[in-house]
This record gives sequence, C-alpha cells and structure tokens, in this order.
Amino acid sequence: MRVAAGQGFWGDDLDAPRRQVEGGPIDYLMLDYLAEVTMSILQKQKERDPSLGYARDFVGAVESVLPAVLDRGVKVIANAGGVNPPACAAAVMTATEKSGAKGRLRIGVVTGDDLLSRLDDLISQGHALANMETGEPLSTVRDRVLSANAYIGSEPIVEALKGGANIVITGRSTDTALTMAPLRYEFEWAAKSWDQLAAGIVAGHIIECGAQCSGGNCLYDWRSIPDLANVGYPLVEVRADGSFVVTKHPNTGGRVSVPTITEQLVYEMGDPHSYITPDVVADFTSIRLAQDGENRVLVTGIKGKPPTDKLKVSVAYRAGFKAVGTLVYAWPDALEKAQLADRVLRERLDRLGLRFEHILSEFVGATATHGSLAGDQHAAPEVQLRFGVRGPDRAAVERFTREIAPLVLNGPPSVTGFAGGRPKVEEIVAYWPALIDKTVVKPRVDIIQ
Amino acid sequence: MRIRLLDIAHARSGDKGDTANVGVIALEPRWYEVLDQFVTRKRVTDHFKGMIEGDVERYELPNLNALNFLLHGALDGGGTLSLKTDAQGKVYSTALLRMVIDVPDTDAKRLQLPAAK
Repeated sequence: MRVAAGQGFWGDDLDAPRRQVEGGPIDYLMLDYLAEVTMSILQKQKERDPSLGYARDFVGAVESVLPAVLDRGVKVIANAGGVNPPACAAAVMTATEKSGAKGRLRIGVVTGDDLLSRLDDLISQGHALANMETGEPLSTVRDRVLSANAYIGSEPIVEALKGGANIVITGRSTDTALTMAPLRYEFEWAAKSWDQLAAGIVAGHIIECGAQCSGGNCLYDWRSIPDLANVGYPLVEVRADGSFVVTKHPNTGGRVSVPTITEQLVYEMGDPHSYITPDVVADFTSIRLAQDGENRVLVTGIKGKPPTDKLKVSVAYRAGFKAVGTLVYAWPDALEKAQLADRVLRERLDRLGLRFEHILSEFVGATATHGSLAGDQHAAPEVQLRFGVRGPDRAAVERFTREIAPLVLNGPPSVTGFAGGRPKVEEIVAYWPALIDKTVVKPRVDIIQ
Repeated sequence: MRIRLLDIAHARSGDKGDTANVGVIALEPRWYEVLDQFVTRKRVTDHFKGMIEGDVERYELPNLNALNFLLHGALDGGGTLSLKTDAQGKVYSTALLRMVIDVPDTDAKRLQLPAAK
C-alpha cells in the first residue's frame, strides 16, 4: 500500500497534491490541514459565514487530483473539514460536478469531534476539561470559548472506507490517523494488533508534515540537499506486517535518508516511550531505521500498546489582543540604539498610562532567537527592535501601535524599516489542551454522493 | 578536549503549547555515547538558564542515536499567546548545538571526535 502525503498544514504548497498523484503510483493521498491554532481560525470564519469553517484549499486540491481519483482509484483522506466537514463535502461536490464527477464521488464525512454545543452539559456532568498545562478548569474561560474539538482516531475513517468512500473528510481527526486508517482498512488490522497500529501511527507521524521528512527544514548536511524548489513530498510503502519504506517520487528534489527521517521523528516529540493516540500508544524507542537504496528508508520493529481511556480535546478561546511593531537600527552601535529605543518606548507607554499583561522586546539580528547564547552582538551591522504587547484591552493595544512611528523622528538615530506602516492589532485565540473520557465522544460517519 | 555539539550532532525542535522539544541526534552512531554521557539534563538546564522558565526533561532514544529534551516554559506562553519571534520553538535546535562539552582526551581520540576550533 502506498500512502502519499500532499499537505503538511493549511497554507502548504497548493501544487503538491497534484504532484503526488502524477509523480508515480499511489493508493491513497493524505492531506493534513489542521494545526493547533487552525481550528480557531476556521471557527471564526464559520461565525461570519455558516457555510465556511473548513480548509478551502482542499476544494482546489481535489479538483487538481480528480482524474486520479475517478480513473485510477486513488482515494483521498483529509482533515480539511475543520469545524464544518459537511460544508466542506458540499463544496467539493459542487466544485467537481462540472468536471464529470457527478455520481462518481462518494464522500465519507466524519463528524462528532465537535464538542462546542455540548460543553455546558459536559461541564455540568463533571467533565472539568482542565488545562493539561496549568490544571485550571475550563469554566474559568468558558464564556470566551470559540471551539472545542476532540482528537478522534482512525475508526470512523475506516468505517467510511468500508462504506465505499473514495474521499474521506474529517474534522479534528489526529494527523496520524489519516495515514493509519487506510492501512488498517486495507490490511484488515484488528483493533488490538498494537504493533501494526503503532507502525501506522509512526508512518503518519513521519509524513504528516509533508516535505519536512524529505529534505525540507533538514539541518543534516543541508547544503547538499538537491533541488528544494521541486522538493518531493513523502510517501510510505507499507506491508501487512507494519514494516514500511519512506520514499518520494523519482525526479523530485529533496532527500529521504536516515538523518532526514530521524529529524522528523523527533519533531514535536514528548515522551518517546508513549506517543499517545486514540487508537494505540506507540513506542518511538522501538523504531529501527535503515537506508534501503537511494531516497528509501526502511522502518521496522515498532511496538505499540493499548491506548488510554481519554481523548485529547483542543479548545480555542479568546485571550485578548496583541500587536508587534518593528524598527531597524543600522551600524554603528546598532544594538545599543535599538536598546535605547526599547527603553524610550517603554517609558512612553508608561507615561501614557497604558497597562499590558505582557510586553516583550527582542533584538532581531542579535539575540532574538538564541538569547545570551549568541554572545556579544554589539558589532552587529543592523538590529531590528521587535516590540510586542499583549493585553485584554483592545484600546490600549491600539494606542500602542501609534507609538512606533514617532520614534523615527523622536528616538535614537540610524533608524529605518518602518515602511510597513502601523502594526496591526490582532485578537488572540489561544489554545487550551484538555482530556475527556473517550466514551463521551461519539464519532459519526455519513456517506454522501 | 573541548567539543562543539554542532560538530557531532544535528537537531530539530518544535512545540507543544508552552513547551519546546529539542531532538538532538549524533552525526555518527558511535558518538551517541558522548551525547548520552555529557549532554545531561543538568547541563541543558544550565545552558538555557534565563531563556526558559520551567524544568528540563530528558529522554533517550539509543535506537535513533538521539536524545529528546523538553524545555518547559520556553515559548513565552506558546502558540498564539506568545510574542516571541520563535513562538513555535523552531530554532531551539541550533541554540542547543551551541553547547561546548568537555570530553576526556582518551575518549575523544578513541571516537575521533572533531575538536572545537
């Protein structure tokens, strides 16, 4: 079974899905659109227009791969549904009808992850949905909640495939389930074949960030990685026993090697012994990697164990406002000038009586990313002062944005780089991770055609 | 002998909320023992002193010749709350590789470790 990844996040290369179906034989195309903050953006869009709330890029992606779906039987699995999978499915149907797909697409729509309308009931039934980082109960921000979705596993996707779907659209499925589900369906892995399920999860983890496992963002020997402008997105060739090869299509750029795969394996990793998903807990310390020819890495040995009785819930809530302004200071003494500008700006905000929950100033070109580890940066040829504020009061943040430009005439010298105009005030939608009893969440599958 | 981590390892980092993770991987499998022995939890805690607010956790992945560090309170609140340039902890990876470790000369010689310039 060949499962290819065509999107690593919402905003990824629009042309990648087409390249993945045209570059060589594949059975499934997996498209991952959802990151932690994506659901809240989609929820905001749905509030403005109830027919939105999904990753609209997906409609174009399906159109671009439609011949492969209709004529070669490639199936597409995507969490593009966001907070509105039925609307996503309807948009795909409408867009593809004119391309001869009428009556030939069966779309499996997975819902049930959305807990927003059930939140008050859940809280009153004793589900605290406490923040996994701070321990605070969700009730402290309940009135500001925008979206709440449980991360659901592979089962409803498998069910949709059993129902004959050639496209499956989910909401907040786990990223890894999108890859594991078709394997589980094709190989008929039992619900308790922990090692195989874990292998499917590891395969999913490797390819869920698209080209980040095939040469993109790879530190190892980065100068030698060829043709990133035509980077090959990854695909996995999986056997029934769960062993698999990660590779990419011929005549593409990038690289698939033990180092590129290892970098992706450790990406966003917590405790490697327990990579928890709704289906299985995978043990990343059991993974064996071996180069298996050019741009091929064989992955074997993966062990899994039963999952927990909880599901992770991602809640998005309004958390105030922020704005970030920047100015660039040039040599000589660029850092010192930027530091003086920082002090002047802070005093201005003080004199104006503006209060913020948080102020952060950074010196880009000197210490913004590596702090004091970067060493003495007083000889830097240029330094950007990057000044951010955050607080509950929109007016205060708004007022702050007017304080950057005056520094050009009123502050330290050799300043430039203000052509972008005033900083924009942004409403913060923050992420609240929580757990909930698995039994509470009831995924649902509908097949539409 | 003083050894730059940059010369014996590569790394990738990412985020989970306000926690950054850094996976650090030996460039040669035989160098994993150096990472394991010298890139301790305490050493990493000291390295990032003043840059992170919480604890450091360390996990070993000898199968991948890698260590995984969790840096708690590293992202100014994390996600959309963070005002940091590196709100997603993408470059804590190379920040860790700035570390210089002191390896006994005999080990350094046996493992052919590149000396820091």
